[in-house]
Amino acid sequence: MEVVLAVVIGALYAAGLYMMLRRSYVKVVIGLALLSYAASLLIFTINGVTRGRPPLVPEGALRPSEPFADPLPQALILTAIVIGFGVQAFTLVLFKRTYQATETDDLDAIRSTEHHKKPAAPASLAGTKEGG
Amino acid sequence: MNLLLLLPILIPFLTAVTALLAWHNRLLQRRINVAGASLHFAAALGLLASVSRDGIQVVQVGNWPAPFGITLVADLFSAIMITMTGLMGLTVAIYSLGSIDARRESFGYYALLHTLLMGVSGAFLTGDMFNLYVWFEVMLIASFVLMALGGAKAQLEGALKYVTINLVSSALFLTSVGVLYSVTGTLNMADLARRVSSGAIDPGLTTVLAMMFLVAFGIKAALFPLFFWLPASYHTPPIAITALFSGLLTKVGVYALVRTFTLIFVHDVDFTHTLLMVIAGLTMVTGVLGAVAQMEMRRLLSFHIISQIGYLLMGLALFTELALAGTIFFMVHVIIAKSALFLVSGLVQRVAGSYHLKELGGLYRSSAALATLFFVPAMALAGIPPLSGFWAKLTLIRAGLETEDYAIVSVSLAVSILTLFSMTKIWAEVFWKDRPGSSDPPRPLLPFQRRSLLIPATWLAVLTVLIGVGAEPVLDLAMDAAAQLKDPSAYIRAVLGG
Repeated sequence: MEVVLAVVIGALYAAGLYMMLRRSYVKVVIGLALLSYAASLLIFTINGVTRGRPPLVPEGALRPSEPFADPLPQALILTAIVIGFGVQAFTLVLFKRTYQATETDDLDAIRSTEHHKKPAAPASLAGTKEGG
Repeated sequence: MNLLLLLPILIPFLTAVTALLAWHNRLLQRRINVAGASLHFAAALGLLASVSRDGIQVVQVGNWPAPFGITLVADLFSAIMITMTGLMGLTVAIYSLGSIDARRESFGYYALLHTLLMGVSGAFLTGDMFNLYVWFEVMLIASFVLMALGGAKAQLEGALKYVTINLVSSALFLTSVGVLYSVTGTLNMADLARRVSSGAIDPGLTTVLAMMFLVAFGIKAALFPLFFWLPASYHTPPIAITALFSGLLTKVGVYALVRTFTLIFVHDVDFTHTLLMVIAGLTMVTGVLGAVAQMEMRRLLSFHIISQIGYLLMGLALFTELALAGTIFFMVHVIIAKSALFLVSGLVQRVAGSYHLKELGGLYRSSAALATLFFVPAMALAGIPPLSGFWAKLTLIRAGLETEDYAIVSVSLAVSILTLFSMTKIWAEVFWKDRPGSSDPPRPLLPFQRRSLLIPATWLAVLTVLIGVGAEPVLDLAMDAAAQLKDPSAYIRAVLGG
């Protein structure tokens, strides 16, 4: 089981990084999602896959009998999934808004942060937008 | 239960919630913002006083005994960082009143600002690796939205780069935490320190873990060669946000590095800290050389953030008590001086209508006060006595000479000269040379803006002078904090007991 999972995790990391190196926004988002799945699965696998041994403390004992499935990695993964969900939702919206603003989905084409352009007209004092 | 330890997290949280409840009342949000930031700063000062009086403070959240529950710890270093967070929070909260436009304000700017402060405070206080990851995420999500809020094209493009690289760093951090748990069986930092130093864990594996954390934190701290996202994004949001990011966000990355590389990963100092030393030198040099080529004030200052990160890392890499004290002193100095410079560049833009050096000029004649406000933190950054930067650099260089690391000492001195050159360039272009004929005449500040923009910039400038003139008590505090970092046994005892 561990071997299969290890191969899957490796493939996920590789696919995630490969997608992030593409120039299209959409593929970058997919890459980010794959990376976070890979990290979650890695935590799950590397801490030992134990089948059918819930960490229940038998009556009269102080700790569960070995071997038992460690619940902590699963708690970590649950937290990571929730955080990842929120972040990915935000990322999707951000990338969509950027696509609308730049009218391109080519990452190499977004360079306006690197060059200074003189503003066309002096901005009015009340509603000055400082990003520019 | 030590409430003081929870307040720096709870106050920004409650402020953010109250600001959200007052969604439709912009005026009320502004008041809540200032009140919350003041309370946060007061709580931070209280924590600092309490930690320097009674030693390391610990709270076991939910009364779960360490290492099973989440631990909040404040040693002197954490308390100093929390105080700086409170100071920057208050400064930017007031500066925002006059510089953030009404549209951003009514779309939750203040709630986000305080969420960010909560994340930063949490990261400084936690004593648990996974909890540190969670606080990083809280901080990042708030910073993502702050960076994109307003939706200007450049902002969105900057945010896209910033979000992507930070998510990669988070994925790597999460991976490292998972592997760390499988190797050591614990995530509590004090427990980790104990287990790693007991020698039960293969030192080779520990070094691998150290390197994984170095890359994850290195991206957030903008170390060489992982810094490219910073100058591509930091200049895009409004200047108040840039000032806050420059003061706090990369510093959280450095804090995490200092914490892990003084507490946990000290098993093979010859390898890890020598590597840190090389990175520190390269970060200083590339940052300052990048700045030389820039003609836009915010981009120029962004490159200087990177260069200063190199100095912070230098103290960690030298790894003596004096060097760590230098890092802490430098941290206090650079947070104040660098944010002051960003705030002043915002004022320059407000008055003269541009951030670009070629379009500015003659400001010394038209507003001498502004020129002074720039001059003081700029000279502090370059390390001119008697300002704060001089003592910070002196401490680091003395530490370097003591351990006979002449290479890093000469690099840091050369970088200081280049920093001075860079600051002189801004000074000459913005303040001394004649106003270019094509530019609009300077606009006076409105009375309200005068108060909300000038007061924060002024008190930061005054602070750099005060820290410079009265360096002794600050340095003593930094030495005490460094002693706690260098010998973590007190930290471990405070968390785990016994």
